Amino acid sequence: MAAESSDSEEEDLVSYGSALPALQEGERIKKPVPLQEQTVKDGKGRYQRFHGAFTGGFSAGYFNTVGTKEGWTPSSFISSRQKRADKTILGPEDFMDEEDLSEFGIAPKDITTTDDFASKAKDRIKEKARQIAGVVAAIPGTTAFDDLIGPSKITIGVELLRKMGWKEGQGIGPRIKRKPLRQKPDPQVKVYGCALPPGLSEGSEDEEDEYQPENVTFAPKDVMPVDLTPKEDVHGLGYKGLDPTQALFGISGREHLNLFTGGSEKTSDLLGDLRHSKGRKLGITGQAFGVGALEEEDDDIYATETLSKYDTVLKDEEPGDGLYGWTAPKQYKSKKRFETEVKYIGKILDGFSLASKSSTYPPPDLPRDYRPVHYFRPVIAAGNENYHLRKALEQSTGKLENDTTQQSRHTLNASQRRDRLGETVLKGPAPSVLEYLSEKDRERLKEVKQASEQQMKVKMLPQQSQNRFQPTSANDAPHKWQMFLGGQLANAGSSDFKPFARNPEKQKRYESFVQSLKQGQKDMLEHYLDPSMTEWERGREQEEFFRAAMFYKSSNSTLSSRFTRAKYEDDVDKVEVPRDQENDIDDKESAVKMKMFGKLTRDKFEWHPEKLLCKRFNVPDPYPDSSIVGLPKVKRDKYSVFNFLTLPEATTSVTQATNERIQQNNNLNKPKKPSRWDVSDKEKEKKDSISEFISLARSKVDIQQQPPVPMTEECGTETNETLPTNEDKDQEESRPSMDLFKAIFVSSSDEKSSSSEDESDEEHQPTVSVINSETNKQVDLPDSSSSNVQGST
Amino acid sequence: PSRPIPAPHNPHPPQTPQVDGNYCLTCGSDKSLKLWNPHKGTLLRTYHGHGYEVLDAAGSFDNSQLCSCSADKTVALWDVATGQVVRKFRGHAGKVSCVQFNEEATVIVSGSIDSTVRCWDCRSRRPDPVQVLDEAKDGVSSVKVSDHEILSGSVDGRVRRYDLRAGQLYSDYVGSPITSVCFSKDGQCVLAASLDSTLRLLDKDTGELLGEYTGHRSTTYKLDCVLSEQDTHVGSASEDGKVYFWDLVEVSRASSQILVPLPHPTPPPQPTPTSPQIHVPPLARHTPRSDSRLRHHTGSSSAKSF
Repeated sequence: MAAESSDSEEEDLVSYGSALPALQEGERIKKPVPLQEQTVKDGKGRYQRFHGAFTGGFSAGYFNTVGTKEGWTPSSFISSRQKRADKTILGPEDFMDEEDLSEFGIAPKDITTTDDFASKAKDRIKEKARQIAGVVAAIPGTTAFDDLIGPSKITIGVELLRKMGWKEGQGIGPRIKRKPLRQKPDPQVKVYGCALPPGLSEGSEDEEDEYQPENVTFAPKDVMPVDLTPKEDVHGLGYKGLDPTQALFGISGREHLNLFTGGSEKTSDLLGDLRHSKGRKLGITGQAFGVGALEEEDDDIYATETLSKYDTVLKDEEPGDGLYGWTAPKQYKSKKRFETEVKYIGKILDGFSLASKSSTYPPPDLPRDYRPVHYFRPVIAAGNENYHLRKALEQSTGKLENDTTQQSRHTLNASQRRDRLGETVLKGPAPSVLEYLSEKDRERLKEVKQASEQQMKVKMLPQQSQNRFQPTSANDAPHKWQMFLGGQLANAGSSDFKPFARNPEKQKRYESFVQSLKQGQKDMLEHYLDPSMTEWERGREQEEFFRAAMFYKSSNSTLSSRFTRAKYEDDVDKVEVPRDQENDIDDKESAVKMKMFGKLTRDKFEWHPEKLLCKRFNVPDPYPDSSIVGLPKVKRDKYSVFNFLTLPEATTSVTQATNERIQQNNNLNKPKKPSRWDVSDKEKEKKDSISEFISLARSKVDIQQQPPVPMTEECGTETNETLPTNEDKDQEESRPSMDLFKAIFVSSSDEKSSSSEDESDEEHQPTVSVINSETNKQVDLPDSSSSNVQGST
Repeated sequence: PSRPIPAPHNPHPPQTPQVDGNYCLTCGSDKSLKLWNPHKGTLLRTYHGHGYEVLDAAGSFDNSQLCSCSADKTVALWDVATGQVVRKFRGHAGKVSCVQFNEEATVIVSGSIDSTVRCWDCRSRRPDPVQVLDEAKDGVSSVKVSDHEILSGSVDGRVRRYDLRAGQLYSDYVGSPITSVCFSKDGQCVLAASLDSTLRLLDKDTGELLGEYTGHRSTTYKLDCVLSEQDTHVGSASEDGKVYFWDLVEVSRASSQILVPLPHPTPPPQPTPTSPQIHVPPLARHTPRSDSRLRHHTGSSSAKSF
C-alpha cells in the first residue's frame, strides 16, 4: 500500500540524511574500527596528531608550526605613497585557528555552559544581594535570569562553614534562643511582619516560632554585606547627582535607590548593556496621574518594577505590631521581651560541664597584722665590717646568696648568657688586641702564660694530694707568684682594668691585693682577703687574684690605645696621594732659624673649595668646572718610592737632595705613608746630623741670590751659635736627577740604606743595613759618608 | 693704654667676648657655657648640653647664635635666647679645640686635635661637614675665618690659609707648634703665636716676616694672641701670669720691645685642668675676640681675654 501510494505522496515527504547503503547479500557487517586505528582529522581533512600528554590537545598548526605549508607569510606590502596601509587592529582571534572558535575550542563562538555556570550550589548572600539589585534594576525580574545563568563560585570559607553545619541564609555564631530577627525589610520589599496572624502559611511558621518552648534555639541573623565604598567626591553626604532618566521620566528616586552597588554592578555587568542601550519608552506611568484627595495612596507596584513586590503566596493582610495591645496573650507579651541570653552550643570537652551559675570568689583573708603599705628592707652597704649583718639580712629575706651566677638574666651580658646556653663563640672580627700584636709578641705572651700554668700545676699537685680543701696555703702562693710576675706587675690592677667589676667588693680586695703585691708585702697579702671566708675560699680567691694580675697586666688596655685605623686600605695597590705635597721641612727649618720667611717657608697649592662652601661664603667658585674638592690628587702605587720623592718645583730654588735622601731612607725602612711620627723622627734625627747644616748653608746661599729680606742683626745671633763652621765645603752639592733615583730604587727596592740613623728610634727602624755602593755613588758627599758611619756604628 | 678691670670671677677658663663688646662668653670644664655682662659682671645665661669640657665658643655676628666645641668631639650650635642646642655636629675624631662662625653665621668652622678642620653647614640639615680640610699633619689648635679665608694654625708648625676666592692654599712654615693665629684688621697680615715663646707677624700675601714679638713665655700652654682694633698693638698672654703688649710698628726697628707687661692679680696658670683664670683688661671699649683653649697634648688650659 505504501508502495502504491508512494508516487502520489512523494512530493509531500521530506527526507533527512542519506540512506544507508543497502546490504548486499552475503556481506558481513563491518566491524567498528578499533581505538588504536582511529585517526583524527581536522575540518580540512588534515590528520591531527595528539600532542602533549598533559594538555591532551592536538598539535597546533601545520605539523606544529603554522597553519600553512608555506609558514608565515607577510602581509602584502602596500606602498605608502599611493595608499596608506590600513591600520589593522589585530585581536586574539586573528591568531587563532578555526578550531579554537568552534564549539569545543578555547574561544567558542557559540554559547556554551562553562564550569562556572555548571555549579549547582549557589551563594545565597550573593543571591540576596542580586535580588535587591534586581529590585533596583531597570528591568524587573532580571534577577531571575541572574539566577539562571549567574555563576556561583563558592569560596573555601563558605565550604568550611557548610561542613560545620552552617546553612545559607543564616548567620554565623552560637545559636541563640530568641527568634531570629528578620532583616529590616526594604521599603520596596513586601514586609513580612513578625507578627502575622495565625493560619497563614508563612505567618503560621512565625507564629510557631514565637511560641516555641525554651529549649529550641535559632541561628543568629544573617548580616547583609554592607556597601563600604569610600566617599571620594566633595559632595555632601547622601548627595546624588541628577539622574537624567529619573528626572525625565518622573520615576521617583526612592525606588531606584541603589543600596547595594556591588550586587547591582554584577547584574549590570551581566545585563548592563541591555539596560543602558535600550532607551526607555517615554510615557506616563505610575503616579503621574496623581492620586485623588480622598484616595489613599497606594503602593505603586508598577513603578517599583520588581518581582518581589508580588505576592508569591496567598495570605491575609498582616497585622501591625501593636495589634494586640495590652490585651495580648501572655505568651506573646513575654515573647516580646527578647531573651538575649546566649547559650553555648558547641561541643563540650570531656570531663567538663557548663557552669550552672557564674561563680565569684571572695577576696582572700588578710592576716591580722597585715599592713597595706609596702616598706623596703634596709639595704646594707657592702663592706667587710657589716658582712655578717648583711648575711643575716639576706638569710632573713630569703636571698641567701649574692653570687653572680644567681643574678637575673638582665644583669648578664651577651657572652655570659651564651656561656650558660652552651653556645659557641661567634666567629666575627674579634677586636682583640692580641691580633694587633706581632707574632713574636704573641708567642711570648703564650709562653709566659703556659709557663705560669705549668708551674702552678706543679706547685698545686702535691698540696692537693695532701689536702684537697687547701689547694694553696696563703703563705705559699705569694712567693710563687711573685717570682713570676716580677716586674710585670707594674701596671696590674690599674684603674682601667677591672676583672671583678661585677663584684665591687671583690674588685676592691683585688686592687689592694695587687697594690701590696707590687710593693712586695708578701705577708700582707692575706690581710686583704676577706676575713670571713674560710681558709679554702681564701686560697682560691688568692689564686684567682694572682691569675688575674698575671694575665691582665693591663697590656690589653695600654696596647689598644696605641693603635689607630689605617689611613689606606691594606689590600689596595694604589693610593691617592696629594699631587702637591708640602716640601720637606728641613730647609724650611733652617730658613726659619734665619728668619728668612717668605718664599722659603711658603708652600702654595691649588685648593678646590666645595661649591656649597663658596656659596655660603658668598664667594664665586674659583674652579667652576672642576669636580675636585680639596687638593688635587693622583693615584700612585702604594709602595712606590716616588710617592715620597717631592718633585722639584719651580718656586723652590733650594736644592733638596739631602732632604730627599733622608726622606727616602725613612721611607725605605718603613714603606708606609709618611705620618706625623716620621716628621718627628726626622726632626730628632736632624738634630745631630750634618745634613742639616748643609741645607742650612745652601739656603743661605740662596738667600743671597734672592731679593733681600728685611733682616735684623739680632736674628743671626742665636743661630750662629748653633751653626758649625763647616758650611762652606758642602755648597757645591746639587740634587741628582730623578732618573738616578729610579735607577737605584726601582731595581732594588728592598735594599735598605740608611744615613744618619737615629739611635733612639730603634724600635721604629729595626733594620739598619749597610749602605750599598750605589747609594754612595749616588751622593758622594762627605756628609753622607759620615752619616753612614754613624748609622753603621 | 689700658686699665685693669676685674672681670667676673668664674671657673671657666676660656673667654670669648661677643662681637660688640657687650657680652662675654666663657666656657669651661664644667661642660657649660656662660654668658656674662662684662661691665657689671653679672651672669646672664648658662648653656648646658655638652658632655665634656667645652674648649671654645664663638658668637654669631648678630648675637643670636653661639657655637661651641668640646672635648666630647662635638660642635654645637646654640640659640642664645632659648639656651637650647639647635644643632650638634658630630664627625671629629678627637677633641675639638677651636670653633668659629663665618661672617654670616652660615658656616661653622671647627678645628680639632684629629688634625682636621671641618666646615659645618648651619643652613641645611646635613649631618656631615661641607668640607674637611685635612691638610694639617697634627692637631689644629686655632682657626680664624674672614670673609673669604679660613686660617688655621696647627701643631705641626704651619699656618695654613685657605683662600676660597682664589682657590689656593698657602702654607707658611713657622716651625714651632702654633697655638694661636689671627688676622689683622686690615686683612694684610697674619699673627701667629707659637710655643717657642714668639709671636710672628707674617705678610699674608708673601709670607714674609714683618715682625717678631718675644719676651713673654709660651712653651707649654695654648695661649692666645690678638691684634688691637686699630692694629696698633699686639697682645699675648704669657705663662708667667702676665699679659704682654707690643707696639706693632716699633718692633720692626728694635726687636721684641715689650711695651707693657701687665701683672695679673691671680697666680699664674698651674698645670692642672682647671687653672686659674687670667683676667685681661680690654684695650679698647670694643676690642673683640680672643680666647684660649687647651694645648694640644697637655690637659691643662689657661685663659685670657681682651
